[in-house]
Amino acid sequence: MKSYDMPIFAALIAVLLFAPLALYPVFLMKVLCFALFAVAFNLLIGYVGLLSFGHAMFFGFAAYISAYTVKSWGWSPEFGILGGTAVAMLMGVVAGSIAIRRQGIYFAMVTLALAQMVFFFCLQAPFTGGEDGIQAVPRRPMFGFLDISNDLVLYYVVLVIFAAGFLIIHRTIHSPFGQVLKAIRENEQRAVSLGYKIDHYKLMAFVISATLSGLAGATKAIVFQLASLTDVTWQMSGEVVLMTLVGGMGTVFGPIAGAAVIITMQNYLAGFGEWVLVIQGVIFVVTVLLFRRGIVGEITAYLRARSAAKAAAAAGAAQTA
Amino acid sequence: MFELLGIPPQALFGQLLLGLINGAFYALLSLGLAVIFGMLNVINFTHGAQYMMGAFTAYMLLQYLGIGYWGALILAPIIVGIFGIILERLLLSRLYHIDHLYGLLLTFGLALIIEGIFRQQYGSSGLPYTNPIPGGTNLGFMFLPWYRAWVVVLSLVVCLATWFMIEKTKLGSYLRAATENPTLVRAFGINVPRMMTLTYGFGVALAALAGVLAAPIYSVNPVMGANLIIVVFAVVVIGGMGSIMGSIITGFGLGIIEGLTKVFYPEASSTVIFIIMAIVLMIRPAGLFGTPR
Repeated sequence: MKSYDMPIFAALIAVLLFAPLALYPVFLMKVLCFALFAVAFNLLIGYVGLLSFGHAMFFGFAAYISAYTVKSWGWSPEFGILGGTAVAMLMGVVAGSIAIRRQGIYFAMVTLALAQMVFFFCLQAPFTGGEDGIQAVPRRPMFGFLDISNDLVLYYVVLVIFAAGFLIIHRTIHSPFGQVLKAIRENEQRAVSLGYKIDHYKLMAFVISATLSGLAGATKAIVFQLASLTDVTWQMSGEVVLMTLVGGMGTVFGPIAGAAVIITMQNYLAGFGEWVLVIQGVIFVVTVLLFRRGIVGEITAYLRARSAAKAAAAAGAAQTA
Repeated sequence: MFELLGIPPQALFGQLLLGLINGAFYALLSLGLAVIFGMLNVINFTHGAQYMMGAFTAYMLLQYLGIGYWGALILAPIIVGIFGIILERLLLSRLYHIDHLYGLLLTFGLALIIEGIFRQQYGSSGLPYTNPIPGGTNLGFMFLPWYRAWVVVLSLVVCLATWFMIEKTKLGSYLRAATENPTLVRAFGINVPRMMTLTYGFGVALAALAGVLAAPIYSVNPVMGANLIIVVFAVVVIGGMGSIMGSIITGFGLGIIEGLTKVFYPEASSTVIFIIMAIVLMIRPAGLFGTPR
């Protein structure tokens, strides 16, 4: 089947280029950071079938590293982001090699527990600033000349980061490597018997996913000039699961749609206190019970069914003629 | 008084007792998770919320109906267990035919809903619950509060009774058979779906019982379950869910190890269980008592 991914992506970027005309740039940047986070998360659940319930550890810890290096060591933001991403990658190697020893439900529990360990570490470690987090991270010029204290300039920087992250994931999925990942998802034993070292593939996918989650977190720390405990909690891990689930697990654009929907919802419901938690829970339950394919998954399924029906009708017409 | 490795014995035994108490909760909760998982193949993410509900039910029974601790000890698990049965019938049972990860996601969503509602109603700060057996005895080397001794003894009894029921009785053999091969057991005329419902209700009731036991020790608050359940997940991964006795031993054992860590290296006390989990996964991925599958 012909893939429309790239034209859709081009259209999406075109819309995003002009989006600041209509929407608040900081809001858009938040959506983009979480969209990248969800896209990275989706690589594991959607294409390898591994549900990580601890991705906040990469997102949140990278945010801390990026905020700390920029604020306390005076690094320029591009190196701060790179540093956070690199640390997330190392964490991905460690956490991944522990977690891929179990599958399915156990994998989810192991990642959750590892993330909780990182949470306690961040709570106690002196450099994270405890409950206050690292605040007022300066927005120094990026690459020495980009004035990112201007929200609009920073927005386009974030857009480039998001697009790069998305293309890396897209390339991964559509490479021979990605085909092996899908084979593992569909039938692990078969992939083993075909001679693939599935642990290597799983670990590689885990590390890519962790690295890009870190990239998202590190960028978010620069955007909001803040790294805090919220970003390493299990609730954050749950949020990225929710975004991906709502948008459509295993779809290319689902996580982006999911992130946009959930962030928008959080923005509108910010005044409702604990009801946000309840509403998120209700969305989880309703999505799992009623439309597991998510927004993008349902749309794709509908379009496919329609074009199949059209093809069938055309074939029928050709026969009678 | 003598000293042990430079630690005063009061501190050592005090922390050991605290560890034993935590172990009692780990054991009760991981036992419930293991029972549910064995039968339904679902990891019950709502378990922490149901533990919290147990504590809140005890609080509400006292507050609105004047029913004290001993009544709540019986009533709260039944009430919360029935709530669990309703959840299973209405929602969870619809997901048995698809990937078990959806069961995890569903119960996670339910946990968010329950926690959110309680936080909205009662705030995040704790509510007090009076200790029903105040006082204690001085054992010479430490002070033993009666209530804490009661918690350890009761949870041991409940754990062993559950083990006996599952491993040694006829009902238990049905359960184990249905875990092994539900289709065959159904062919023998046993109502497996009803057994699954009741098993879920029982597992949830165990969580609620732990909640009631916890109410006088920790204050009753909406987030009490959320953080505990993640530690219990780690306990379950360490023990492996294959064996009932395994989850009891692992629960108590890890509680004690955690208590000892608090004495000797307090900085690591909140992470020690996760570190043990990582080590166990590297050496024995199926868990200490698990069978690889």
